[in-house]
Amino acid sequence: MLVYIIRRLMQAALVMVVMSALVFAGIFMIGDPVAMMISPDASDIERDAVRASLGLDKPLWLQYLAFVNAAVHGDFGKSFLAGQPAMQLIFERMPATLELVFFSTVIALALGLPMGVYAGLRPKSVGAKTIMTGSILGFSLPNFWVGLMLIMVFAVLLPDLIPGFPRLPASGRGATVNVLGVRLSLFTADGLLHLLLPALTLALYKGALIVRLARATAREVLPMDYVKFARAKGLSENRIVGVHVLKNIMIPIATVNGLEFGQSVAFAVITETVFAWPGMGKLLLDSILLLDRPVVVAYLMIIVVFFVVLNLLVDLLYSVLDPRVRLESRAT
Amino acid sequence: MSTPTLSVTNLRTHFFTKEGVAKAVDGVDFDVAPGEILGLVGESGSGKTVTGFSILGLIDPPGRIVEGSSIRLNGEELTKAKPDRLRAIRGAEIAMIFQDPMMTLNPVLRVDTQMIETVQAHLKVSRAEALARSRAALVQVGIASPDERLRAYPHQFSGGMRQRVAIAIALLHKPKLIVADEPTTALDVTIQGQILFEAQRLCRDSGTSMIWVTHDLAVVAGLADRIAVMYAGRIVEIGRTADVIERPMHPYTKGLIGSVPSQNTRGHKLAQIPGMTPSLLKLPAGCSFKSRCPIAVEQCNTMPELVEHRPGHWARCWRAIAA
Amino acid sequence: MSETSLVAPKPQTPFQRVVSDFCEDKLAVFGLVLVALALFVAIFAPWISPQNPFDIGSLDLLDAKAPPGSVSGDGKLTYWLGTDGQARDMMSAIFYGMRTSLFVGFVSVVAALGIGVVVGLVAAYAGGRTDALLMRIVDIMLSFPAILVALILLSVLGKGIDKVLIALILVQWAYFARAARSAALVERNKEYVEAAACLALPPSRIVFRHMLPNCLPSLIVIATITLARAIALEATLSFLGVGVPVTEPSLGMLISNGFEFLMSGSYWISFFPGIALAIAIVGINLAGDHLRDVLNPRNLR
Repeated sequence: MLVYIIRRLMQAALVMVVMSALVFAGIFMIGDPVAMMISPDASDIERDAVRASLGLDKPLWLQYLAFVNAAVHGDFGKSFLAGQPAMQLIFERMPATLELVFFSTVIALALGLPMGVYAGLRPKSVGAKTIMTGSILGFSLPNFWVGLMLIMVFAVLLPDLIPGFPRLPASGRGATVNVLGVRLSLFTADGLLHLLLPALTLALYKGALIVRLARATAREVLPMDYVKFARAKGLSENRIVGVHVLKNIMIPIATVNGLEFGQSVAFAVITETVFAWPGMGKLLLDSILLLDRPVVVAYLMIIVVFFVVLNLLVDLLYSVLDPRVRLESRAT
Repeated sequence: MSTPTLSVTNLRTHFFTKEGVAKAVDGVDFDVAPGEILGLVGESGSGKTVTGFSILGLIDPPGRIVEGSSIRLNGEELTKAKPDRLRAIRGAEIAMIFQDPMMTLNPVLRVDTQMIETVQAHLKVSRAEALARSRAALVQVGIASPDERLRAYPHQFSGGMRQRVAIAIALLHKPKLIVADEPTTALDVTIQGQILFEAQRLCRDSGTSMIWVTHDLAVVAGLADRIAVMYAGRIVEIGRTADVIERPMHPYTKGLIGSVPSQNTRGHKLAQIPGMTPSLLKLPAGCSFKSRCPIAVEQCNTMPELVEHRPGHWARCWRAIAA
Repeated sequence: MSETSLVAPKPQTPFQRVVSDFCEDKLAVFGLVLVALALFVAIFAPWISPQNPFDIGSLDLLDAKAPPGSVSGDGKLTYWLGTDGQARDMMSAIFYGMRTSLFVGFVSVVAALGIGVVVGLVAAYAGGRTDALLMRIVDIMLSFPAILVALILLSVLGKGIDKVLIALILVQWAYFARAARSAALVERNKEYVEAAACLALPPSRIVFRHMLPNCLPSLIVIATITLARAIALEATLSFLGVGVPVTEPSLGMLISNGFEFLMSGSYWISFFPGIALAIAIVGINLAGDHLRDVLNPRNLR
């Protein structure tokens, strides 16, 4: 088990080195960040001064070594634009992204799980067929377009057409409140309203996935002898579906949700752009478009660590849910 | 003779599939007296398992018990019972034991959960009380260190152990009838012997009736009070175990007995029944066994009735006595 | 149980069976119709478009943001789907956009398929260290969301259709590599591969003539799903501003252009390209979803 974790972490370190070098070299080649930062009519001397102050006058490999040296000490450089340390900038934006992803996961589970189980229980019903076709739409429709359409319907068309229909906010976080030093929208009414459309957008894909997964697993579990045995024991249908079937469905759902959590953080880049949600996804995109190298590289490093930790957590969660796995890991 | 615990009359369970109607069970009659063990014997597809599931009302679509069938438990008609009433009967008055113990317990739930829920499904008792009853049931079927076993998951048990747990669950409410669907087929021979012994003892002790469904005549020969032989959805012979085994009347029963190797058959060629079971979708007119029957005659083109040829010994064959 | 009731099936080639099985599902056929529609529009865009949206000279700025159904200033043209901020006919722009979107999708999937299959088959055939190393790389590729990797790659590579293609190929080949490898590993242990090896056939012949054809069903299924994803991914990248250049707008670009007008009620600039995009992607997914069942190897034998 320990060997496994160590190997995972070493692999992550390697990926970090390769990715950071690639991005470092790549961004260095395609553009001159200085040109984006100071006015075009600045003199060459001014330009060189800015360049030297950012360390951009040295050869690429020296810059990279300097970066690695600093990074090992926890310093990922300062944003070219904001002048703040890149890490600090990202950590400031992180809560916004995480609360968006979290809220959308809750929505996806609350809607997707019952629908998927229903479709699995009555596969031939009209409702089930509607749900399944809807789920294909759910993961086919491009995320950003769904976001735009939600804005169109709930922030423009419906409020325009129906007097008194609340105009849902389509940009920003709304009012936030400090919880343990972290700014969150989740606990204010205004913030929740702002959260609604972006979270729905993000939840659609994941919800569709959960529907399909829940249905497939339910179809697999229902003909099992132990379900029939549960009936023969005289259990109520609620107990059979709610405990015997659902407990089995939760295993793949938990795994996929864990893995999808990372996908959602990535997808949040799109949702945040559409809804001007000030999370770390929007920060990444802005930094890419403005060639703010330290922020891009710092973001990458965080994401790599994030994904490695996430994959580990999913494995651990899996072993908690499935008793058969637990025994195996104990044996090794 | 006292009133039977279970009385099945003209039971017909058909499966309405795209390809046609499969008459899995087509006119089955039998009684089970209190404390009696009835062996229900037949090959795969003979309808013996469907008969078992029909009694518990556990037939899934496209299958259904056809109008005119009757299953009475102590006089109560089950085919007309409401779903809630059936649920209350299942597990409390009729219990079932399944064929494959590896599959009957839910792998992701602990044994205590699966036992306690069974108790609480029928009795309003506290969790502690339910746990105590579960523990007692495990002791009853001879499981050592029950407290430890209750906290375990099914995959930590051997096959024989799991079947004991399944039997313990079936016994939780002291049912009047247990339907056992080949419960020893998947087990080692020694374990099989133990389970058979336990089953017999439990029935004698508690007056529980039992229907023991199996394809293995040898198993029920030493266990059952009476034996019913099924073929293609019908009972072809039924009678006291000794009568059926020693003086079989139906050529199919004779074939089954002849196929069991014994000391007398050593060195000789084993008898076998030629051909295979006909499709339930299109059974031939008349006796369904005629195409495989060594003594079939013209008369067999019409379906024979189940007739009491000797006292308590019935057979569905025109040539039952002649042969 | 049903041995005697088996009716001998009509002799069918595997292809005929796939076709007839596929046609049983109405939804799948509907999906195929959608795909055909999208393909038709993409291929014949220059001939069926009412207007050449790239010919700046033909655009009349007075017609900008015309709602659907309005007639152009010179009275010659009806803008059935309206016009965008530069007075481009949306229908024509969508036809051309579909061309770009499908082109990028198809080319990237075919290239990724080629690379992935070679890597997967080599890994399966070579085994040992080569296999371990290649699959390690595949694992790492697959553990990161495609959108993120493509985004970073494009931030390094810059804009352009060729750059988008490179990014899409790089994020997609790993799926094919993994699928080809696992399918090939199953085939590899079968007797006919052993027999071919005993005949001392060259490895390349064994891999490509014997192992590859048996991996095809699963690869086709993955290719359809990947195609849908590739089209969506390209649209997303273009929407985010790191994809195709403004001069060759894809559907994603068109949607992005309409974004700024959405709040003012000019919904059609984003709405219709999105519908077109959805038609292509949903069509592929509907057809692909059923194709998976039809091509399931368990049904094939």
